[in-house]
Amino acid sequence: MIRLFPRLRLFPDKTDIKFMKGRFAGVGLSALLSIISVVLYFHPGLNYGIDFKGGIVIEARTQAPADFPAIRGMLQTLNVGQAGLQQFGSPNDVLIRLERQPGDDAAQQRAVERVRGALQQSFPGVQIRRVEAVGASVSEELFRNGMLALGLSMVAMLFYIWFRFEWQFGVGAVVTLLLDITKMVGFYVVADFQFNLVAIAALLTVMGYSINDKVVVYDRVRENLRKYKSMPLRDLIDLSINETMSRTVGTSVATFLATLPLALFGGEALEEFAWVMLFGIVLATSSSIFIAAPILLFLGEDKLRRGPPPGKTDDAAPATP
Amino acid sequence: MLFFARWKIWSIVGLCLAGVILSLPNVIPRPSWWPESVPYAAMNLGLDLRGGSYLLLEVDMPAVVRERLVNIQDQVRTRMRAGNIAILGIAARENAVVFQVRDPAQAADAVRALREIVTNVGTGGLGGGTPDLDIQSTPDGTVTILLTEVALRDKATQAVEQSIEIVRRRIDETGVNEPTIARQGANRILVQLPGVDDPDRIKRLLGTTAKMTFRLLDPNFDPNSGQRPPPGVEIMRAENERRSDGQATLYAVRQRVEVEGANLTRASAGTNPQTGEWIVNFEFDSLGARRFGDVTRQNVGRPFAIVLDDKVISAPVIREPITGGRGQISGRFTARDAQDLAVLLRAGALPAPLTIVEERTVGPDLGADAIRAGIASILVGLVLVFGFIIWSYGLFGVFACLGLVANLFLTVAALSMLHATLTLPGMAGLLLTLGLSVDANILINERIREETAAGKSPYAAMEAGFSRAFSTIVDSNLTTLIKMMLLFAFGSGPVRGFAVTITLGILTSMFTATVLVRLMMVVWLRAKKRQTLPV
Repeated sequence: MIRLFPRLRLFPDKTDIKFMKGRFAGVGLSALLSIISVVLYFHPGLNYGIDFKGGIVIEARTQAPADFPAIRGMLQTLNVGQAGLQQFGSPNDVLIRLERQPGDDAAQQRAVERVRGALQQSFPGVQIRRVEAVGASVSEELFRNGMLALGLSMVAMLFYIWFRFEWQFGVGAVVTLLLDITKMVGFYVVADFQFNLVAIAALLTVMGYSINDKVVVYDRVRENLRKYKSMPLRDLIDLSINETMSRTVGTSVATFLATLPLALFGGEALEEFAWVMLFGIVLATSSSIFIAAPILLFLGEDKLRRGPPPGKTDDAAPATP
Repeated sequence: MLFFARWKIWSIVGLCLAGVILSLPNVIPRPSWWPESVPYAAMNLGLDLRGGSYLLLEVDMPAVVRERLVNIQDQVRTRMRAGNIAILGIAARENAVVFQVRDPAQAADAVRALREIVTNVGTGGLGGGTPDLDIQSTPDGTVTILLTEVALRDKATQAVEQSIEIVRRRIDETGVNEPTIARQGANRILVQLPGVDDPDRIKRLLGTTAKMTFRLLDPNFDPNSGQRPPPGVEIMRAENERRSDGQATLYAVRQRVEVEGANLTRASAGTNPQTGEWIVNFEFDSLGARRFGDVTRQNVGRPFAIVLDDKVISAPVIREPITGGRGQISGRFTARDAQDLAVLLRAGALPAPLTIVEERTVGPDLGADAIRAGIASILVGLVLVFGFIIWSYGLFGVFACLGLVANLFLTVAALSMLHATLTLPGMAGLLLTLGLSVDANILINERIREETAAGKSPYAAMEAGFSRAFSTIVDSNLTTLIKMMLLFAFGSGPVRGFAVTITLGILTSMFTATVLVRLMMVVWLRAKKRQTLPV
């Protein structure tokens, strides 16, 4: 076959990298990052969006470039509490964020009406492009449901992997997910992204992607456990990672490329989602290799392979479902 | 896995064609010649893409319960009077009415008399329902009437359903196209108003309970005196009328309701031909007309009050008996006030106040921007991914890309058939599906490459590649599917659209990656009879 251009190989076909040598460094670094993330979660903490905290967001487009001091001044006279102003997209666009108004849900609506009216009065021709107002009861519910979805999916993953593989795989996957998730939360704090419903979707998607990755590596480990009955688990895991490496890299690159346009011009709503996805893809790929596999090695040293040291043959087949 | 019967080939090709055809309604508007009986299904655009307003309303359940308790207290007083049982200190306490029988010996009689006010509600139990009240007495003569759990739930359902009906009528009056009004959870109502980017008027209409009553004023009590009004009289503020000091005018209104707004049959806004002032003309039903006639006949020369939600709209003096059942309300209205009041009176009163607990409004041009950004992202993403796949896998990469295109079409077709709602996160989901379903192709191609490197013949390598990769694909996709189901179950609004697109995208990708792409490879291999694979 004539090839007009050389094939792209992001990763050499035959490799023999001893990934497990770096397992302590990998798990250690990951644990450290996760601990830092947990600290960040408590201080300064997540920037909760109005979905989870309640409050008001108003997006407006003024005729002239948005006059921030004037808008801030106008808001101060309205007695609607602390206001956050943010410019995005064109200089005419301004995003006004208000804290949840004290009092009941009707208080939210009154504040929306006041701000809307004042904007239209002070800046003739202003376009109110988006208004979101979430009250206390709804935001609490959304938050509870979001956390429930995260927690349940964690449990579901544990049982699924346990059912399809061995329990060591399940525990390995879930511990890795926990480490992933904490770092994602840390990323949200550092990037100062809004933590809202879309963030839950992003977290769940990254978790799904991450599990995907783990399943591919674990699948290969399981296959090789059957194929090479006498190979020490450590070498076997290394072999499996090396074998699946070009797929891991290929899929990561493809997903990364698919998400990149969203991050660049997906608009205010999707940009943060896309950046989190990009971060998550890199995170998930590395955690499959440096976290999920070593954990499997720690947990499965004697269990998955009830076998003698390397060199001797052994036919105690590993239990497979 | 490499043999395809002829009928299978045709059904695979047919399915993909169907995917393309069923996606078309999303880009081509329904042609005029399209037969009425054949569905022309397209995806719905979510409010975040088409612009519109999403409101979540909450029915004030405590108010419903409070009203029911007041009602029970009335019934208790009537029954006890009829049974000659003297009572003391009747009061409402959280879901219950409690009172004391003066002579504890009569407690049993009281309970017996009250049994008659118990009705069965709900569908549980024998004889269709369970009692709505639980009546108990203690030896010292305290009687407790507790609203049962079932009664509370029944009341809530009733209140929400009535409210939905009223909300629908009010919104229909405003002429919004295709509104969605649905119950959500125990006591909430979801309202979606496509195309409405300034929902102030609708919010005002929905935020008004619109309980209208006609009552008499107490001419002997000065509401400005600062004293407590006599029993049966309350002080109310005027809606639009102000005193000279700028405060709302006060009225001493009798609590007794002479005629209720529920007796109105017609209401319309108009102007008074003499003064040019905006008014609302109304008409009573026969019962209302009779009562109104009686009241006005007996009270000529005295003022009465038209009260809307505890505010006095106007308090005219009755000049002559009004027996025709027709009247007009003039309350210093603007044109809009008059029209809104007419709408509210026509649509009827809400059983309980509604509060807006969540609002999300998107202007149409912001939605259009979002669609543009989404489509641009999908196109650029497609180009990047296709370039990468073809560069990596050559001809088989081209097959994989054709599979991805088919995947995209099938996903859109499935979304259209289900009348699913495409939201902004849903568009992101479409793009992400692209990345995720590439995974299956990469797994297969890498596997084929490995098997070829191990010295297998093209057929054997492909056979092994597909069959080995299949279980991995199923495992990894199932985990994502589980996640998306949870997201759908616990998420709300646009995020659900994300879960739906990813779920459908993954399901269709299993077909395109493992069946369609395989078919293409097999057909190619048979035609070329090559000894090596272009991997």
